[in-house]
Amino acid sequence: MSLLDIRGLTTAFQTERGEITAVEDISFSLEEGEILGIVGESGSGKSVTALTVMGLLPSPPARIASGSVRFAGQELVGLSDRQMQRIRGPGIAMIFQEPMTSLNPVFRIGEQIMETIRAHERLSPRALRDRAVRMLEKVGIPSPARRMDDYPHQLSGGQRQRVMIAMALACNPRLLIADEPTTALDVTIQAQILDLLMDLRDEFGMAIMIITHNMGVVAETADRVMVMYAGRVVEQAPVETLFDAPLHPYTRGLLDCVPSLSAEKPRLVAIPGSLPEPSRRPSGCRFRPRCGLAVPACAAAIPPLDPQGPAHHVACIRATAEVPA
Amino acid sequence: MSETGALKLEAALAEPEAEPGRRHPGWATLRRLFRHRLFVTGLVLFGIIAFMAAAAPWITDANPNRLSMRNKFLPPGGDWVMGTDNFGRSLWSRVVWGARLSVIIGISVVALNAVFGTLIGAAAGYFRRLDNVLMRVNDALMAFPAILLAIGVTAMLGPSTANVILALGIVYIPRTARIVRASVIVLREMEYVQAAVAAGAGHWRILRHHILPNAMAPMIVQLSFLFAYAVLSEATLSFLGLGAVPPTPTWGNIMAEGRDFMRDAPWIIAIPGVTLMITVLGLNMLGDGLRDVLDPRLRIQQ
Amino acid sequence: MTRPLVEAVALRKHFTLGGGGLFRRPGETLRAVDGVDLRIMPGETLGLVGESGCGKSTLGRLLIRLIEPSDGQVLFDGTDITGLSPARLRATRRAMQIIFQDPYGALNPRMAVEDIVMEPMVIHGARPDAASRQRVAEMLDLVGLPRRAALRFPHEFSGGQRQRIGIARALVLKPSFIVCDEAVSALDVSVQAQIVNLLQDLQREMRLTYLFIAHDLSVVRHISDRVAVMYLGRVVEIAPKAAIYDAPMHPYTQALIAAVPAPHPAGRAARRAARLRVEGEMPSALNLPPGCRFHTRCPFAMEVCRSVPPPLREYAPGHMTACHLHDPQHRPATLEEAAA
Repeated sequence: MSLLDIRGLTTAFQTERGEITAVEDISFSLEEGEILGIVGESGSGKSVTALTVMGLLPSPPARIASGSVRFAGQELVGLSDRQMQRIRGPGIAMIFQEPMTSLNPVFRIGEQIMETIRAHERLSPRALRDRAVRMLEKVGIPSPARRMDDYPHQLSGGQRQRVMIAMALACNPRLLIADEPTTALDVTIQAQILDLLMDLRDEFGMAIMIITHNMGVVAETADRVMVMYAGRVVEQAPVETLFDAPLHPYTRGLLDCVPSLSAEKPRLVAIPGSLPEPSRRPSGCRFRPRCGLAVPACAAAIPPLDPQGPAHHVACIRATAEVPA
Repeated sequence: MSETGALKLEAALAEPEAEPGRRHPGWATLRRLFRHRLFVTGLVLFGIIAFMAAAAPWITDANPNRLSMRNKFLPPGGDWVMGTDNFGRSLWSRVVWGARLSVIIGISVVALNAVFGTLIGAAAGYFRRLDNVLMRVNDALMAFPAILLAIGVTAMLGPSTANVILALGIVYIPRTARIVRASVIVLREMEYVQAAVAAGAGHWRILRHHILPNAMAPMIVQLSFLFAYAVLSEATLSFLGLGAVPPTPTWGNIMAEGRDFMRDAPWIIAIPGVTLMITVLGLNMLGDGLRDVLDPRLRIQQ
Repeated sequence: MTRPLVEAVALRKHFTLGGGGLFRRPGETLRAVDGVDLRIMPGETLGLVGESGCGKSTLGRLLIRLIEPSDGQVLFDGTDITGLSPARLRATRRAMQIIFQDPYGALNPRMAVEDIVMEPMVIHGARPDAASRQRVAEMLDLVGLPRRAALRFPHEFSGGQRQRIGIARALVLKPSFIVCDEAVSALDVSVQAQIVNLLQDLQREMRLTYLFIAHDLSVVRHISDRVAVMYLGRVVEIAPKAAIYDAPMHPYTQALIAAVPAPHPAGRAARRAARLRVEGEMPSALNLPPGCRFHTRCPFAMEVCRSVPPPLREYAPGHMTACHLHDPQHRPATLEEAAA
């Protein structure tokens, strides 16, 4: 049994102009200790997927239109807020892009970490404090016992993200969802945080779902990758396969259009056009208007996510077509 | 494919993004406003009062000051729709003409604020050197409770309609200036303003084309609430005998005169009171609606 | 040797924080740019990289005098623009423009695209007539937008399209020098490449000189001829891009490059183990460390680094760095010795 198993999940939002689907019919699973990278650009639905799993989407306007989310065998769709609170923390924890907005500015960080632990476990004040200090130490905060009494604004951006991670890990979650955890950070700090996540995975053995728009972050961390476009999964593969033999034209485009640090490219291969707004998605394959391989049949129906190799799934009827010279 | 050819293709493909036609962003705002229930209700309520004020000479047959001692203290109904007061004057006429005065004062105070509040606020927000001086004067004026300051000013200048307008202007302009200043400070740092500076634009051009048009939204919201405050404050002042000089009818002095007869002729005080309430309620609903649509940031804070 | 198009001489920008007001107390000084010498040659693209808060954006704005320097000079085509009269400055502004990061904040939401692109022309005396509209149409062609875009408003466009509008506005006066301040950083990666290609095409067609400010080292490598690295208000290394990326001299440059995630997962565990890591984060520009500003994080810091600020010196043709490790006077025999 997979740790997380999502089948046919569709999440919709009520807007002024009617209902739009942010995430449409996505299915994937995550094993214990595995790192899954979810890659996509703005409007791909990657963050909504994470928030749906966490049960953190405000409803209304959001609504799970169909599908199931099973965590460790338990169905999460339809759980009450109260039941969901028991899953968050020891079950699933999450860290966000901007740690400043996720930490309460008027409480000391130590207090915030202890609060998280207290919500799920009964410990003596002494044991509680020891555990919080140990968590800060684990995430690499220097002189943790003293920093316990700091307020969030006294920390730098990278340290705040470390504190967020300490809070997320305080209850030993089995799954950690990291939504663009390094996007707001400078590159040297990004490297520190990614290293930390990898070290913690090795130590605690939790599964990680890392959501990013940065192919490099995926290449550094993920075991398996899922690429999303305009609310749907277009490709899913083990990380080496995805980078060596990407099949979906969008994945190929994403890999080609970023300049490389090591090799010179005379000119970047751009993907023409821009991402469709949810209300103006084209018929059939959503990438069709921007795709160099599109044929009339692409407009007929949304291509299903079909197996193309070991653990490799692609939603494209032209996946095996040659790229025109 | 040539370089420019590729660009054309990209642009053509990106086309479905935008719909044809020149659509000023204002149109969408207007459509959202008229779908906003609070705004529409407020507009209707205030519209009734504004109509009464505008049409006063035609919808009242009687001079509001015509005495008719035979007909004093008549209750509403009958020949006098809203009854008469202690001098037998038609309350309907007096309340309608009072509405005219309230609306005139409201418009004048709003206009004064729109001009001087914007000028002071924009100058303080845009020219950092002026900021300190202007805002300290502002703060000093704002340190007094609004109504006390208005009472003080009118007591000093003497009761008259013009002095009420002046007093309310002095009281509220600092408040408007603060709001304008706050948005100007934010807008001054916008990149499109920086782009205009980089292109060589002068201060006047930047203020007129880039800052003031974008500072309008919070300003309009503030002015709609200000209208309500002005009407309410005017009523308070004339209730205290500091507004327009009787016999000119204002809601405030009608109520002041009716106060002595509250037991026997409660309608004298109730009718202008309810009209005042409807006006203020309507304007506040209008302002809330405007705020929700024009300035959604504020809704979250409230 | 040709004359540089833009030259910064001992350029400084200090901001005073906290002070001011009626009850003035001494404010803290933030040294955003603290003594920068820089030359940008005609037709080249100089990349400028560094972490947030290093002063790169302030430097970009100083070079086109969007903000006033506290000290030092900016020479544009040989003329010192720091002391120009308002009228002469305005005339000079025709030649230098800026493209911003945020495609949403960079366009006035209440102006139609035509008015946005035409504005610089109007400021410099053109009338908004048929000829000006024709010029706007040509600019839209140039940046790959349909001509009918002219009558629309910014909110009707996607991020990439807005960036094209901002580029059209920057180029309408045919400038020679453009500061691209994180011009592609806010865009989706699939759109980013379009704008990078557009900037390169335009540079070729209009013989533009770019200062390309970005935190993304891969994009900077792709677009630049030379690259300057900034740390806490100073340029710590400047060199042709091949030298910067293949043989970086300053430990900070080395750490920056090592921190960029690799484009392929192969061998990532080994890479992680071997990577030059820097600990901690950049100190605040309010409270600068003495000596070399990087010594608090530098794995090779020596005694001299804690007290003497290293000068920016040329150690190979065109390759300058500010680091004692390369100075024969202080240089340790081997890097291992330095690390010890």
